[in-house]
Amino acid sequence: MDWGHVLRLIAPEQVLSLAGLALLLVAAWGGDKASRLITWAAVAMLAVSAVLVVPALCSGAEGADTLLFYGQLRVDAFAAYAKLLIYAAAGASLLVAPAFFDQAKAMRAEYPVLVLFATLGMGIMVSATDLISLYIGLEMNSLAAYVLAAFLRTDERSAEAGLKYFVLGALASGILLFGMSLVYGFAGTTSFDGIHAATTSGMNAGMIVAVTFVLAGLAFKISAVPFHMWTPDVYEGAPTPVTLFFASAPKVAAMALTMRVALDAFGAQVHVWQQIVIFAALASIIVGALGAIGQSNIKRLLAYSSINNVGFILIGLAAATPAGAAAMLTYLAIYVAMTVAGFVAVLMLKDENGDPVEAIADLAGLSRERRVLALCIAAVMFSLAGIPPLFGFWGKFVVFQAAVQAGLIPLAAIGIAASVIGAFYYLKVVKVMYFDEPVGKAWGKSDWVHQALLLIATLAISPLGYLATKCLASYADKAAAALFHLV
Amino acid sequence: MIGIEHYIVVSSILFVLGVLGIFLNRKNVIVILMAIELILLAVNINLVAFSSFLHDLTGQIFAMFVLTVAAGEAAVGLAILVIYFRRRGTIAVDDVNRMKG
Repeated sequence: MDWGHVLRLIAPEQVLSLAGLALLLVAAWGGDKASRLITWAAVAMLAVSAVLVVPALCSGAEGADTLLFYGQLRVDAFAAYAKLLIYAAAGASLLVAPAFFDQAKAMRAEYPVLVLFATLGMGIMVSATDLISLYIGLEMNSLAAYVLAAFLRTDERSAEAGLKYFVLGALASGILLFGMSLVYGFAGTTSFDGIHAATTSGMNAGMIVAVTFVLAGLAFKISAVPFHMWTPDVYEGAPTPVTLFFASAPKVAAMALTMRVALDAFGAQVHVWQQIVIFAALASIIVGALGAIGQSNIKRLLAYSSINNVGFILIGLAAATPAGAAAMLTYLAIYVAMTVAGFVAVLMLKDENGDPVEAIADLAGLSRERRVLALCIAAVMFSLAGIPPLFGFWGKFVVFQAAVQAGLIPLAAIGIAASVIGAFYYLKVVKVMYFDEPVGKAWGKSDWVHQALLLIATLAISPLGYLATKCLASYADKAAAALFHLV
Repeated sequence: MIGIEHYIVVSSILFVLGVLGIFLNRKNVIVILMAIELILLAVNINLVAFSSFLHDLTGQIFAMFVLTVAAGEAAVGLAILVIYFRRRGTIAVDDVNRMKG
């Protein structure tokens, strides 16, 4: 093994870990006064890492050269694609933080450092090709995320969100770990290639139990039904920049991890897990749509919407084809843009004192006073509902196309029917903003960083997004081909 | 003669006890932390038993990682519990209900 080559391949991880450690020292030295400086430095480091990741994506990296540390990590085009999405989402959650936490007088220098470490863990998650590195990456992400959820220490809801996230996240890790220990026992190895080889001739009953445990643990992390109950509470309680982070980056990482585990490690016996994934997909779509109807808090609404979206993404996994994987990756990119736009818009909803407004009823008549913000929220809602001129439609389209090609026509039909239910509550928000009598809340000024981010993310999900479909599809295809070892 | 099956049975029992400890416990969040620890130790028994059964060291290395992460997890969990207690003055499970759901 040539170490120069290895160090070049893991350069993004090195940048993130060294930057995290250095900024932690700066935070210890400079205290909370340095928090803005540290935030900008962390964003710059994420940008550097993103640049370092690009070559692997463009060259469609695949083959023995991408396998590192005796089969622990694989730095291929698939990992590169997921990492770019993760870095973008993490960068957005860093950029919006100072304005939000300054208002609560709780801007602390540890926030960007924790986000960097969580991002580092997610980079390991999407590259992992061994159960051990999978576990290390997952926990590195989770431990930082538990702390982030409870970051607003003086707020009861934030502390409660942290506690709930910790207990249920630790339970999920335990279930996943128990499954992994059984996989190790029955396959005799922890490497994904070894597990694939050991199961080519079939799986015994013990292995099937193990696969079920592993998938249950991962379903917790992507908040798929029936393991979704923590999502609305944590999304509501956590500070909004942290909610933005939770809804985007870890979801991409956990979804990419699930894809690698299901399609690579357990890819020899697709029929064993296909039923489970189909059930989780349909249940997530339906529970996400029905659960959102009664919500009065916009953050809880977006939480149910993210459960709903996870269901649509899982339809691509149920197809278990390269086309399905490429569709999932395309959907994930659009999902990240929609989530960032949605939560930045929530951040911009403030009353005259600058305190956050979260009740949907308080949005009444928003279009009279703040036209652009109302228009952006309407675009996000239409896009989440998958209504055609907006880019959200494209994600649903490619996923259903992959499902139909794989012969899962009933699944696609039920999914499309359920997305109509979902449209109801998205349109309800638009109705409140445009047709209800103004209540005069949510009219406070917003920060320019928020405005710029909202504009960029909304442009990405507007019909202009269709200009990028060709480029997005080619990168998603390269990434999916690397996942299936097709290059 | 104690075989691999006995180890799996013991670890499965511990795992189920841990999961029940999280869901049935209505009193105290500290008990939940102990239940999480129980789950991780059940996993370690599995890993070490399989490792010895397969004559393969990977399982024992994995168990070392699990132990390390379990320590970190307990530290983070207790820290979150402390800030929760400071605000609310209680750590009873039934009181963790400021948000509906």
